Amino acid sequence: MIQNLVDGVLVGSILSLGAIGLTMAMHMLRFANFSHAELLSIGAYAALVFDGLFDAIHPALAQAIPPLSLTWSLSLALLLSMALTGLSAVAIDKLVFKRVRAKGGELSMVFASFGVAMIIRNILGLIFGLNPKLYSQDIVFAIVVSRDPFLLIKPDQVFTLIAALLIMFILHLVLSRTTFGYSLRAVAENPTLAQVSGINLSRMIVLIWLIGGGLAAAAGVFYGLTNQISPVLGRDLVLPIFAATIVGGIGSIYGAVLGGFLVGLASNLALVILPSGYSPAVPFLIILAVLILRPHGLFGEERT
Amino acid sequence: MIGVISYLVFFATVASILSIAVLGLNLQWGNTGLFNGGVVAFFGAGAYGTLILGGTSQVGQLGGFALPYLLALLGGMVCAGVVAWIVGLLTIRLRHDYLAIATFGVAVAFETVMRNTDALGGAQGIRGFERPLRETLGNGFTYNLAFFAFVLILLIATYLFLERLIQSPFGRLLRAIREDETAAQSLGKSPSRVRLTSFVAGSVIMGLAGGLYATFYAFISPQDVLPILTFQIWAMLIVGGAGNNKGAVMGTFLIWAAWTASGWALSRFAPLEVQLYTGSIQFVLIGFVIVGMLLWRPQGLFPEKLVVSQSARSKNEQ
Repeated sequence: MIQNLVDGVLVGSILSLGAIGLTMAMHMLRFANFSHAELLSIGAYAALVFDGLFDAIHPALAQAIPPLSLTWSLSLALLLSMALTGLSAVAIDKLVFKRVRAKGGELSMVFASFGVAMIIRNILGLIFGLNPKLYSQDIVFAIVVSRDPFLLIKPDQVFTLIAALLIMFILHLVLSRTTFGYSLRAVAENPTLAQVSGINLSRMIVLIWLIGGGLAAAAGVFYGLTNQISPVLGRDLVLPIFAATIVGGIGSIYGAVLGGFLVGLASNLALVILPSGYSPAVPFLIILAVLILRPHGLFGEERT
Repeated sequence: MIGVISYLVFFATVASILSIAVLGLNLQWGNTGLFNGGVVAFFGAGAYGTLILGGTSQVGQLGGFALPYLLALLGGMVCAGVVAWIVGLLTIRLRHDYLAIATFGVAVAFETVMRNTDALGGAQGIRGFERPLRETLGNGFTYNLAFFAFVLILLIATYLFLERLIQSPFGRLLRAIREDETAAQSLGKSPSRVRLTSFVAGSVIMGLAGGLYATFYAFISPQDVLPILTFQIWAMLIVGGAGNNKGAVMGTFLIWAAWTASGWALSRFAPLEVQLYTGSIQFVLIGFVIVGMLLWRPQGLFPEKLVVSQSARSKNEQ
């Protein structure tokens, strides 16, 4: 039970990072982006490649930072991967979403995102193979925190949680203290009025993809660090991340953070009563529950 | 020669079954503008419903009611309708993306439940289904031909029903809501109720397709209700032309032919180590077809014929 709680918080932090970018793009561009979770895959694989490169450049970088299995290479690779994934998100928008948007139809965008997800997922599978991969072959033993109740935690999990919280805190500072943050919130509130006030809408859209992609990459790397990397990573996480945005209310960044933790907790606590095979269905139950109890989420506002 | 003909019959049967599902989707998306991201859930509900209601009793499994075939098929359609009604009731009033996410979710949940519940067949799926009229027609070519005729009749019936429906006042109402919901509301129409009707009706048609699919193979398993099927059905509609029933059927045959041909070509000509990735290559190709269509010809190969007003049309015809 307590193990499920702790695991839930750790998974939740990863979902939160993924959900922040999704909720921003969904709010601003008004479409459910089914390809967002593939950005996590891109991030995870990009870090895998950069990690290998840094290891090759200097063997000292391949040293793990005790007590983690995380190496110096991977830490640097994480930063590069965040940048690269952000740029990929911008590129995907330029190549596909922007053009479909210009032709009208919000729902065509949803469908285009299905197509994009399919292409990314399978191209990753073709390049890196269908078998799961790991950042480090070293075995890092979980630490027994307490025996009664029994609780196991891996150092990597603690690092992941702290890093995710730190990234979210930085984002909070940016949103609440900078002109960019104000502009972003203005655009989210009322795009037309924001443009009248001299905010460049298309530049804001690029920035949103950059941030969303960067956060998604971090989530992907953290997921790879605590689980494994595989081409179906995006497929497995797309529904939990959507659930997190719906729980929080579409458009609410703080809602997405809270939603991520709630979905992570609920999914792991559900394992107490359900066989683990059913866990992919849990996010759907959460979505249904939210739609019945509070259709616009915890912090969302009614909008058509 | 008989080999080729029997393959063509097999191909046409599957394509016709899928056409029915695409027609159902066309009612939802093409005519009403509802995004159904979980076609397989309704297709699967029809398939599982038909086999459970019409199948013979199996150890440890729900079902074996051995109902007469047509009743079982009807029951499968009802199953699909009930699932659609529940999902629709919760989401149809909200922003359109909620429906997209909820239907996507219902498909994931459906597959998960079917895979893990042994009473519903589990990962092995459901067998033990006696194909109707098998004793009279035997198990060979004659049977397949007769079944194809049955499917074709149902496809034509569905087609004619939908053509009549979209020309009826109800069909006009659907398009009115799709184009401008507020305007329709101001005329005293209830958009959410009409959309729910259309959503359930389309899902029931998908359930029919699922029931036929399960009958054809006399077997259904979670492998048959993977998300890729939703995607294929979508591709068929988009390529054919959303809003046009003829386009929907043409698109189905075209995409299904391309899909089977690419699968055959890869297994025939590609080196052995590439064959492991046949699925991935096909998925990438179909992804590009979709995105390409949306970018360069979003109206599809056979676009919807928009009628501005009834009187304008009759003037043109004269």
